[in-house]
Amino acid sequence: MPMNRDDSASHEAASAPGEQAAPAVPSGPSIKIRARDINVFYGEKQALFDVAIDIAEKSVTSFIGPSGCGKSTFLRCMNRMNDTIPICRVTGSIEMDGEDVNDKSIDPVVLRARVGMVFQKPNPFPKSIYENVAYGPRIHGLATGKDELDAIVESSLRRAGLWDEVSDRLMQPGTGLSGGQQQRLVIARAIAVGPEVILMDEPCSALDPIATAKIEELIDELREQFCIVIVTHSMAQAARVSQRTAFFHMGRLVESGATDEMFTNPRDSRTQDYITGRFG
Amino acid sequence: MLTWIAILILAALSTVAFLVGRRKALASAGGSSAKMHSLPGYYGTYVALWVGVPAALLLFVSIMLGGRLEHGLLTATEPPVLQQLSSEQKELFFEDAQALAEGRQLSEAIYEPDVKLALEAKANEARVYSNAFRQGTFALMGVLVLAGFLWTFPRLNKDFRARNRVEGWVDGLLLACSIVAVITTLGIILSLVWESLRFFSSVPPADFLLGTHWSPQIGMRDDQVGSSGGFGALPLFAGTFLVMLIAMCVAGPVGLFSAIYLSEYAGPKARAVFKPLLEILAGVPTVVYGFFAALTVGPIFRQAFNSLGGLFLGGPLNELGLYLGQVQNQMALVAGFVMGIMLIPFVSSLSDDIINSVPQALRDGSYAMGATKSETVKKVVLPAALPGIAGAFLLAISRAVGETMIVTMAAGLQAKLTLNPLETVTTVTVQIVTLLTGDQEFDSPKTLAAFGLGLTLFAVTLVLNIVALRIVQKYREQYD
Repeated sequence: MPMNRDDSASHEAASAPGEQAAPAVPSGPSIKIRARDINVFYGEKQALFDVAIDIAEKSVTSFIGPSGCGKSTFLRCMNRMNDTIPICRVTGSIEMDGEDVNDKSIDPVVLRARVGMVFQKPNPFPKSIYENVAYGPRIHGLATGKDELDAIVESSLRRAGLWDEVSDRLMQPGTGLSGGQQQRLVIARAIAVGPEVILMDEPCSALDPIATAKIEELIDELREQFCIVIVTHSMAQAARVSQRTAFFHMGRLVESGATDEMFTNPRDSRTQDYITGRFG
Repeated sequence: MLTWIAILILAALSTVAFLVGRRKALASAGGSSAKMHSLPGYYGTYVALWVGVPAALLLFVSIMLGGRLEHGLLTATEPPVLQQLSSEQKELFFEDAQALAEGRQLSEAIYEPDVKLALEAKANEARVYSNAFRQGTFALMGVLVLAGFLWTFPRLNKDFRARNRVEGWVDGLLLACSIVAVITTLGIILSLVWESLRFFSSVPPADFLLGTHWSPQIGMRDDQVGSSGGFGALPLFAGTFLVMLIAMCVAGPVGLFSAIYLSEYAGPKARAVFKPLLEILAGVPTVVYGFFAALTVGPIFRQAFNSLGGLFLGGPLNELGLYLGQVQNQMALVAGFVMGIMLIPFVSSLSDDIINSVPQALRDGSYAMGATKSETVKKVVLPAALPGIAGAFLLAISRAVGETMIVTMAAGLQAKLTLNPLETVTTVTVQIVTLLTGDQEFDSPKTLAAFGLGLTLFAVTLVLNIVALRIVQKYREQYD
């Protein structure tokens, strides 16, 4: 598929699925995830309409849009978390490194080890800090011995910027940490299984500004190793942390492109209205 | 008859009070309810309540206590002819005197002519008392009605806060209802404690709690078999414990696993079928489980053990074979097994609630790590729900300990100190039933032993319930 087609094509394509092209990813980073014709239904209700997007490797892509626009739904398609909702049905293709994640040969359990996820509300397990991080490596058999597991836990906590705060109380319950620390613990937990992609669903919406700043800093560091997709309500946050931004509205992908370009010079009037605060 | 008339009059007076009160309040506001503090009906209700309720309460109390008071006055003086009668006959005499006065059926006792005369004299006396008592009650009721009216009616005007006052009465009603529940419970506890104290004055508590010989009969004659009586309840506690343990071995795993299935694996359709079915199981009366145990499960188990015993006969385990060959229908295993079945819905519905209250976010977190459903259940959901499940188990245990019907029908009556599930055992509840069924006098240690057992049972289940509820509550707080 050509990489540098005019983006307006994607809007026309919404009415003619199959023909559509994704918004271009600038040369440089390669494409990690390529989604085409994604339609999602909750029972009778359609939540997403013909979404097509390319998501670049080793960069942060943010999804913005008003509540209920489908951005979280789309995020959950990428690691097939929607499978856990019985009435949810997904059509279309999401290729990760050229492989369709919805293909029957893909085990969603294995997929989710490759695509980590961080939720809106910090959800550490009611276990110790250590056990929280060791959870993934244990179930996937990533460590052969105690020393190796210790090493994974330590490096994950370090990469999540939490090690210095918790190294002396690893055996205390993870639920005892502050909200921001819990969220970083959950990020460490996700990193520990060595994913390729990290999905973040409004990771800062339950946090105060200082904790938010720390998470944003962390996201910026993690970008060097992972492909990160973040759903956010805060346009300022999207502008701060992401290189590319996609704007969703009423279940459709309205526009996507480089973040600075989108915020300074949106092509679609709805995008303009949203980022200037006229609705949403 | 007179009482009914009094009630009707009271109702009529209250209605009048309502109408009058309402009218006066309306009049004070010039007929416009918008200018009044409360709706007109509240003013009427306020007066009606003060007119009707105190008098009605008095009537209720006098009906409850009247008979006793009369009885007391009547027995205060005994006619001299009564000296020839025994104390039971005297009691009958006074009861008949009251019955005669009220025109009720007399007992079948036959009285000598002179006693009969005394009886009629006493009946006349009783009539006098009851008339005086009734007249007094009615007079006092009249005073209360008048006082209630005079207390409220002059105060009515449009600014009077009738609504708040009426709502105060409602508060009082609600409080009274909750007090009834508390007082009844307290009363039961006190009577248990009181009768138990009487029991423990004849049997030392240490002998009762730690003794191993239970044969609560007190002989009529000294030379009867077992006339000595033995009140060592340890075999009963052991039997109760054994049956409870077997029941929990059945109900624990089955109930918990079915709860896990229902809350984590079952689709909406399966859930819609299984959940109501389990709840039906919870609604089966325990006596039905009892004869299911005695008539179906008991024989099946006996035959199974008997034929199993046949396999060992003549071999190195000949002794075991012989023992299994003579196992009876009634045994701890049967009672425990059926009780376990009874408790399955209890355990499973409590555990189901608790598992469902584990936040979905935790499951999502685990799935998002690439955990399978089974890993998520084992490593995240169950550990998170564990304290609550422990609480559910404790509640089930306290039900198992207090369960009566199944053990009465299937466990046997012999008090044996054993932990062998194939033996017949007896439980605390079964012994209470056998001690108190039939005609009993409540002054021998035999019947009083039931109160001792009841108190012990009550104490144990109370502690279990408190601990269980604490655990469940603490666990709930964690996620709300």
